[in-house]
Amino acid sequence: MNATPNAASLRAPRDNYITTDYSWRSWLLTVDHKRIGILYLLSVTGFFFLGGLFAVLLRLELATPQGDLVQAETYNKLFTMHGLVMIFFFLVPSIPGVLGNFFVPIMIGAKDMAFPRLNLLSWYVYMIGGAVSFLAIVMGGVDTGWTFYAPYSSTYSNSNVAVTAVGVFITGFSSILTGLNILVTVHKMRAPGMTWFRMPLFVWAHYATSLIMVLGTPVLAITILLLALERLFHIGIFDPKLGGDPVLFQHLFWFYSHPAVYIMILPAMGVISELVAAFSRKRIFGYSFVAFSSLAIAVLGFLVWGHHMFLSGQSVYAGVVFSVLSFLVAIPSAVKVFNWAATLYKGSVQLSTPMMYVLGFLGLFTIGGLTGLFLACLGLDVHVHDTYFVVAHFHYIMVGGAVMAFLGGLHYWWPKMFGKMYPEALGKFSAVVVFIGFNLTFFPQFLLGYLGMPRRYHAYPDEFAVLNVLSSAGASILGIGYLLPMVYLIWSLRYGKDAVQNPWGAKGLEWEKAPTPPPTFNFESTPVVTQEAYAYADDLPADERAEVRYV
Amino acid sequence: MKFFASLVSAAQSYDGNSNLPLFPPSASTISGEVDALYWFLIGVSVFFSALICALVIGFTVRFRRRPGVHPTPIEGSLPLELLWTLVPLGIAMVIFVWGVKVYFRTVRVPSNAMQIDVTGKQWMWKLQHPTGQREINDLHVPVGVPVKLRMISEDVIHSFYIPAFRIKRDVVPGRYSTTWFEATKPGEYHLFCAEYCGTKHSQMIGRVYALDPNDYQKWLAGAAASESPREAGEKLFTSLRCDTCHNAQSGARGPDLAGLWGRQVEMRSGGAVPFDADYVRESVLNPAARIVKGYEPLMPSYSGQVSEEQLLALVAYIESLAAPQGAKTKP
Repeated sequence: MNATPNAASLRAPRDNYITTDYSWRSWLLTVDHKRIGILYLLSVTGFFFLGGLFAVLLRLELATPQGDLVQAETYNKLFTMHGLVMIFFFLVPSIPGVLGNFFVPIMIGAKDMAFPRLNLLSWYVYMIGGAVSFLAIVMGGVDTGWTFYAPYSSTYSNSNVAVTAVGVFITGFSSILTGLNILVTVHKMRAPGMTWFRMPLFVWAHYATSLIMVLGTPVLAITILLLALERLFHIGIFDPKLGGDPVLFQHLFWFYSHPAVYIMILPAMGVISELVAAFSRKRIFGYSFVAFSSLAIAVLGFLVWGHHMFLSGQSVYAGVVFSVLSFLVAIPSAVKVFNWAATLYKGSVQLSTPMMYVLGFLGLFTIGGLTGLFLACLGLDVHVHDTYFVVAHFHYIMVGGAVMAFLGGLHYWWPKMFGKMYPEALGKFSAVVVFIGFNLTFFPQFLLGYLGMPRRYHAYPDEFAVLNVLSSAGASILGIGYLLPMVYLIWSLRYGKDAVQNPWGAKGLEWEKAPTPPPTFNFESTPVVTQEAYAYADDLPADERAEVRYV
Repeated sequence: MKFFASLVSAAQSYDGNSNLPLFPPSASTISGEVDALYWFLIGVSVFFSALICALVIGFTVRFRRRPGVHPTPIEGSLPLELLWTLVPLGIAMVIFVWGVKVYFRTVRVPSNAMQIDVTGKQWMWKLQHPTGQREINDLHVPVGVPVKLRMISEDVIHSFYIPAFRIKRDVVPGRYSTTWFEATKPGEYHLFCAEYCGTKHSQMIGRVYALDPNDYQKWLAGAAASESPREAGEKLFTSLRCDTCHNAQSGARGPDLAGLWGRQVEMRSGGAVPFDADYVRESVLNPAARIVKGYEPLMPSYSGQVSEEQLLALVAYIESLAAPQGAKTKP
């Protein structure tokens, strides 16, 4: 049903998931996947700006070569907490928790997740983990780096390692529960006719992500538990003084934390697939290649952890094997990028705000992916390992990739989630600001890295100053680029124009079958699916419908 | 193309003194090889970035939404999928093999290398020359001579990094790590700790002075003399009473260490291990861990009685007992 922009419609003639009950209790005890998605949206936004605040302080300190704004100890805590908050409390839960929660059930024609109560529990577990970690920050913070390398973390650091570890440990379970829920939902809750190969690629990406969450996160929990045992009870596991092996910690840590990179980027890839199809009015080029490349990434992603350890003392031949596997895992990502580009070919491309973010994503993710080859390459990694080159690379993937996709997805689905349109011109403007600010912040860091500036340095030699000033200047632009959407999106909730059911003319159950905003059970009646995903050809005159197949 | 080439050579001839350096000085036998790999990868990256940008922006403009113009439904193309799977795969394999070749160069230490011992601790580098001179955070080395570093940490993980030489290696507690370089240009270069090691990580820095061999000899002569690691190790070997059991007499309670270095030694529990620095260190600190075949676990642990630097000295002494060159040893 289309909302009509007259006064009568302001009384919300029909219940939707927001208007059904306004009480606090109804939000905090909700089992509606959409409301839980909104809860996640509020919390990840809070953590994003907290992590961003740490980043602002880091960039301010690095604007001058001397360590003059904060003390070394404080600086070390700032980059540690920036990493922890951004990874465990923003990037990992952002797209699956918000957009995945809200749209996976709707996209497959389900009323809710398979386990609605478990879904709410996973938000609470996430918040408890967040609260414990926040407590660690308030108690004075932690200075081990987000990687917690032993024996520094287990024996030498004087900061709140144990409390932080408990926070991260708890949060991990939220990830496991979300992953489990999505897996079961995709297996068991698909509407009649929604076969596996009719699923939107967003759902495929979440399925692959959930596999990693369920299989990888327990290893993180084990690692952190062992770390806590050594720190609290001096049981020798990692510290050689107690008979342990510090390289073992790195194996365990990266066995989770490398796949975790794909937990952060795969859902982003899912978002990009939806947006590219919607704004070029075409089915994704090579649908099955894009779908299976997600699974290939999920599987291969488990076999490349050793590329973080080329210099750590693992055997030379292990390094060679991890290097070749790391090159292999780059290929499915390249396949996706080419397929997205090919989808635009002979499309009907509309450059709306979400599509601006897609273009930004494609540029930044390409650079991030290609610079990954530098790091997978053994001979070159010896030089750039642990320098700013690595920092620049993973920010291109995580921020240039995952955050761009999150913002693009948020703008795309915002009308569906809240029934309101945001100001389009301002949306495009801030996408440009984010893109420029991002490149100015992080591109100089590639140069700094090859020059040899190590990461996690509180003070640095004078010759690195100009590039660092550029980076800090870029960060201030980037900060504005992130604040703008927060302001106008909130503004739009009250003052934005009412959204029609399908403002983009997009395909998919969430646009075609679910009202805007959706009612508590998403659909008036269970949809029956008769078409493939992205059936844009159906809108064409009969004689143009036949799919072209380039054999 | 010419412009690009001149840009490359301008960048490579950069001397390290401008305010906006874009390229580090290149001053070792390996640095040129690493840089060549870097430029190749930059070429690959520029090509693919430009390709993707051109396709995406070109299609976005060319096929922008216009009234009355319909999109053409296209399902996909197997040949194209194969093309953009196999071509990147081929290029990736070229980079992989090239990278392995360069890496093996950084791993395989030339047999004529002079050895410098490195001990890392929060937050300083302690270095000792084979002739005994000690330095802290400074390292003087001769140009044109391969230098092998035997490194260990007293506390947390550090990483020994000389950007101008393009070498880096983690310095880990509890085990020795090794790397090597051969400086090619006299000069003063950065030495960094690259693995986060606590509060003063960014102060765990120093200077590497690459000197002409003559200047190096002068520097050695001027530096405060001290015992060489081998001599110190020999004295320790006596003062710790190692020699009461480890000697050449028949019926000695420990194996005679002469000539063992670099060999595979058979173990009491079966199997064999290489008799190297790590095995010697372990046998001093935790003798019962791996006992040589034919001996009883009688040796007491020296854990807590010897420092890492003394251990390096003991290792240097036992290494000097290696079988003469030409005898069959594992490299």
